[in-house]
Amino acid sequence: MNNQLKKQLLKRSKAAKLERLGKSVSFLALMLITVTVFAIIIFVASKGFSTFFSNHVSFVDFITGKNWNPSVTNAKGQPEVGALPMIAGSFIVTILSALVATPFAIGAAIFMTEISPQRGAKILQPVIELLVGIPSVVYGFIGLTVIVPLTRSLFGGSGFGILSGTCVLFVMILPTVTSMSVDALRAVPRYYREAALALGATQWQTIYKVILRAATPGMLTAIVFGMARAFGEALAVQMVIGNAALLPTSLVSPASTLTSVLTTGIGNTVMGSLQNNALWSLALVLLVMSLIFNLVIRLIGRKGAMSK
Amino acid sequence: MNPKLSNRIAISVLYVISGTIIVILAALLGYIIISGLPAINWHFLTSPARAFTSGGGIGIQLFNSFYLLILTMLISFPIALGAGIYLNEYAKQNWVTALVRTAIEILSSLPSVVVGLFGFLIFVVQFDFGFSILSGAFALTFFNLPLLTRSIEEALAAVPNAQREGGLALGLSKWETVTHIIVPAALPAILTGVILSAGRIFGEAAALIFTAGQSAPALNFADWNPFNMTSPLNPMRPAETLAVHIWKINSEGIMPDAKAISSGSSAVLVISVLAFNLLARFVGKRLFKRLTAS
Repeated sequence: MNNQLKKQLLKRSKAAKLERLGKSVSFLALMLITVTVFAIIIFVASKGFSTFFSNHVSFVDFITGKNWNPSVTNAKGQPEVGALPMIAGSFIVTILSALVATPFAIGAAIFMTEISPQRGAKILQPVIELLVGIPSVVYGFIGLTVIVPLTRSLFGGSGFGILSGTCVLFVMILPTVTSMSVDALRAVPRYYREAALALGATQWQTIYKVILRAATPGMLTAIVFGMARAFGEALAVQMVIGNAALLPTSLVSPASTLTSVLTTGIGNTVMGSLQNNALWSLALVLLVMSLIFNLVIRLIGRKGAMSK
Repeated sequence: MNPKLSNRIAISVLYVISGTIIVILAALLGYIIISGLPAINWHFLTSPARAFTSGGGIGIQLFNSFYLLILTMLISFPIALGAGIYLNEYAKQNWVTALVRTAIEILSSLPSVVVGLFGFLIFVVQFDFGFSILSGAFALTFFNLPLLTRSIEEALAAVPNAQREGGLALGLSKWETVTHIIVPAALPAILTGVILSAGRIFGEAAALIFTAGQSAPALNFADWNPFNMTSPLNPMRPAETLAVHIWKINSEGIMPDAKAISSGSSAVLVISVLAFNLLARFVGKRLFKRLTAS
């Protein structure tokens, strides 16, 4: 009798069993995501490195070479896989679009938080949310039918090129940068504003000399986030940039980015061939850049946290 | 320049900037809707696409988009829910949690092309699923998981701690508290997150061109046996979605009315995404009212 009672009392209850089950299942779900991330990095890296290890292309040639033509071998007997045109294209459109988008985004964010919070919440907020919701192919299609003909008639050439890509990316990253800047501005304590105004500063002096300074780390994070988005955007850019693997000579000459070459190329090459491996190396560059953007965001966050 | 003047100039510049953004959106939406609406009719929405002649529709692409969306949600929602619950309710502040959070952040910032290529490598090539809805759904799951997990975690975190304490004080286990009290309390916010991510999935194309494929074979809408090749429910068939269709006909389409079809498809896509956003707001508010006393 005693033994039986002891057994009954020491046995795990149904609720405790369920608890363990639930905890482990939800932990497994979390681990699944984590493992996936590492799998993505490992797989893309192993495919991307095979250009250098199994096809023996030198890494320096890959990064600095100006000719992209993987099926042709050059004078040194090496395949022509110079990725510089694509890397340059990606960086140029990213930086240009961030340069154009930043004043707009920060201006709109200041308007929404400092100048007219009511109108900001009523009009600008929904506008920004709608802009986020428009799919990237639609941006690409509008770029193709509106922006490309426009640049063609304004600047000559085919209309495809860095300029059109920048215009499309500008509209695409604008909402991301704006809404993150708004968060950064809202995080500035109210007494900063009150103190500045009490000292007799005008509204603009308060904004420019106090609030913007205090929100700088958050703003920088927003801009880097926007740049990361622009760098990784594929289809919208691919549709308007012209897809010529050449070093861009002007803003209106056809160019290409890492993503545009990937989207057009992967389907036309055979798995395991050098042409295919070279494309995976481009994907690896893309992945590494995305990791670097992530790191930069973290560093900014840490610096910003310390200065408070 | 005196401070008052510069103040006035700066504020007018800010007004101009905000106005410009509103004009950009109005022009974008206006262009999409005005150029797209004339192309949309019942025939366009239901008939299959044609490769060489005009008069094709987007029926199969539209169905594929919705089917893919549902499959992706079926796969990703349980995983995201589990992960969100663990992160918010169980996870301790240690290096494992920090690592997991970093991983999720990395996944959410990965370019969707890279996610698509990984899906291509793993599901299309290694697992030999081919270009199929299933490969596409897995790729979209990776694409969707980080954001969905984060929104679920935030929804759970917004539930006041008194609810947890109340559950535990009644003698419920932690898991029972979570499933019977916390998740129902967070349900409106969770649902809003789900619907918003549905809008993102619906418009995604870059992750799909190498996983779900770029072709839309004819379907027999009378055949609902998922094992038949022409059945709409077959998850192993290649399936071009609406977003991929727009990209495809603009880069290599040769039908004479490619522009009208892309305008119509863009309008359908944008209207659907807007509908998702409105639905998210409406459902969130409605559920919140019904489930709470406020």
